[in-house]
Amino acid sequence: MKHSTFLLFSLPSLSVMFLFIAIPIVSVFIQSLHIEHKQVIIVTENCDPFGCETTTSVDTEASAKLKEKAPLGKFNGFKTYSNRMHFAFDELGEAWKSSDSFTVFVKKLYNYPLYRALSFTLTYTFIVTPFVLFLGFLVAVGVNNLPKMFKGPTIFASLLPMIVTPLVGSLILFWMVDGDGVIGATLQKIFNDNSLSLKASPVLTWIMLMVYGIWHLMPFSFIVFYAGLQTVPQETIEAATIDGASKFQRIRHVVIPHLMPLAIFITLILLMDNFRVFEPIIGFRAEAHATSISWLIWNHLRESAYPLYNAAGATSMITIFGVAILLLPVLIRTWRDFKEKNKG
Amino acid sequence: MNTKIENKLTPVRIIAFIFVALWLIVAMFPFIWTLWGSFKVQADFFSKADWSNAIFGFHTEKQTGSFFTMGGYYGSWIEEEFWRAVINTSIVVFFTVLISLTFGTLGGYALARSTYRYAFWILMAGLIFRAMPHMTLISGYLQPFFAWNVWGILPTTIIVLVAINQPFTLWMLHSFFLNIPKDLDESAMCDGCNRFQAFRYVIIPIMWPGVITTGLFSFLLAYNDFTVTSMLLSDENETMIPAIASFLGTVQEEGKVMYAVAAVVSATAPLFFFVLFFQRQIVSGLTAGAVKG
Repeated sequence: MKHSTFLLFSLPSLSVMFLFIAIPIVSVFIQSLHIEHKQVIIVTENCDPFGCETTTSVDTEASAKLKEKAPLGKFNGFKTYSNRMHFAFDELGEAWKSSDSFTVFVKKLYNYPLYRALSFTLTYTFIVTPFVLFLGFLVAVGVNNLPKMFKGPTIFASLLPMIVTPLVGSLILFWMVDGDGVIGATLQKIFNDNSLSLKASPVLTWIMLMVYGIWHLMPFSFIVFYAGLQTVPQETIEAATIDGASKFQRIRHVVIPHLMPLAIFITLILLMDNFRVFEPIIGFRAEAHATSISWLIWNHLRESAYPLYNAAGATSMITIFGVAILLLPVLIRTWRDFKEKNKG
Repeated sequence: MNTKIENKLTPVRIIAFIFVALWLIVAMFPFIWTLWGSFKVQADFFSKADWSNAIFGFHTEKQTGSFFTMGGYYGSWIEEEFWRAVINTSIVVFFTVLISLTFGTLGGYALARSTYRYAFWILMAGLIFRAMPHMTLISGYLQPFFAWNVWGILPTTIIVLVAINQPFTLWMLHSFFLNIPKDLDESAMCDGCNRFQAFRYVIIPIMWPGVITTGLFSFLLAYNDFTVTSMLLSDENETMIPAIASFLGTVQEEGKVMYAVAAVVSATAPLFFFVLFFQRQIVSGLTAGAVKG
């Protein structure tokens, strides 16, 4: 295809991605390097017979002027990245010095929002992903063994937890595990403890969110594995059977190697999706015990009276960096494949 | 290979059967429970004393005189004006899908037919964009949108959703067009067509299966989005999902949780029919990227 034709065809698509993905990333980066202007404060002293009083007021005119002059704010370098909202280097140095054991230090680390969010996001990603892979594979093998008439309805029912909006899905589960909801109340009865609440304890909150994550994403790995199972070469299976392989051995030595490329594909998608976990935290109202990186950005923009653009920008840049690290092995592999393809 | 041995009930088969049955209960029960409970009053749906109240509607009958009540639906749709959110969602979803597919089809076709190295790099950039949490882009949008006075309106959200959707659409349609033999449009070009005519008369008539499958996923992305819509839409232009989220804040305090439950069921119902009608295409779309590697 000629360059000019290519450009004509892909122009709308490329320009929309350039304008609304590439440029915003740059602008987020620039934002993260600036800090909002301090309000210009006027101190006036009023003296009357009873004494002097100082009052402070915001000089709105001067503040507005400053803002007009430099709408992004004051240049702040990488200081936002190192403040206590983010990497908190100074505070950590002190914590390291003052704590006598590593566990104490880790506990202190957990006080800082970024490390808190990172710890949940990474734990969530690296626990939910293997569970989803494993359980999805089991269900796929199970469904493959079902009589044909059950297969369609099973797939239909399995798709629902994945298709449904994450916020809505988490709300549906949240209402059920509520202290008054069906699962919550039943658990309270089983353990004979009326104050038992999945929301109150950090550990139970984390488990609840991860169970939701597994419930939400398992259909995806199930469907892909199930489709993969349809393409397992029957001759190899038959040959293995004739050679005396048991059902388990056939799965272990024929089916699993055949599905390996699919497992890598699923892992990649799951890592990307789990790393951006956000809606369940809103749905389960879990922010007291579990925060994710996406939630942190949302919080910077939403919860305070003024959006903290610099903090949101810095957290966003750290997130993008994290995603790049996650993706690096894949990118290197694709690049190698591409080079080999071009050689041959 | 449908021999007798295949259909015998072995222990392995029974375990597999039980396992699948368990999964089905886990997958379906929350939906059935919430759908049924949305026609009850709060005292039944959140019944601490006895969960069977939620099934038989003990308090519902006492309070309203019937086993079923539309109270939650009336409250959310009429009183809290959830219908506005439904209309906004329809507009956003319709235009997002339409524009995404138009742009994606053209771009995907170009990427599939180009042999130059930059096509590879565009696809790689798409993969990176696809991996980025959407939230990271939001803070980049807010300031310019406020400055240009385009924050809060539907067209802005639509174009942002189109952009966020584009990497995925491009990848999917690119691999779909790779499957259409090159010879088809090239022979058309030999017969004197230019690239656009070849696209118009040869490719467009046969591209619909792939376009529809991709469209289903664009639909899901636009319909399910919370990140973009909650940050970029003003209160009166809210779509369904952020509307439900803001329900939670206001409604919870007034003891009208059932409004939110009814809204949640209303938002889920279209997806239910969506899966019912398009199950085959969804499955083929999910596996399209995978099986080809």
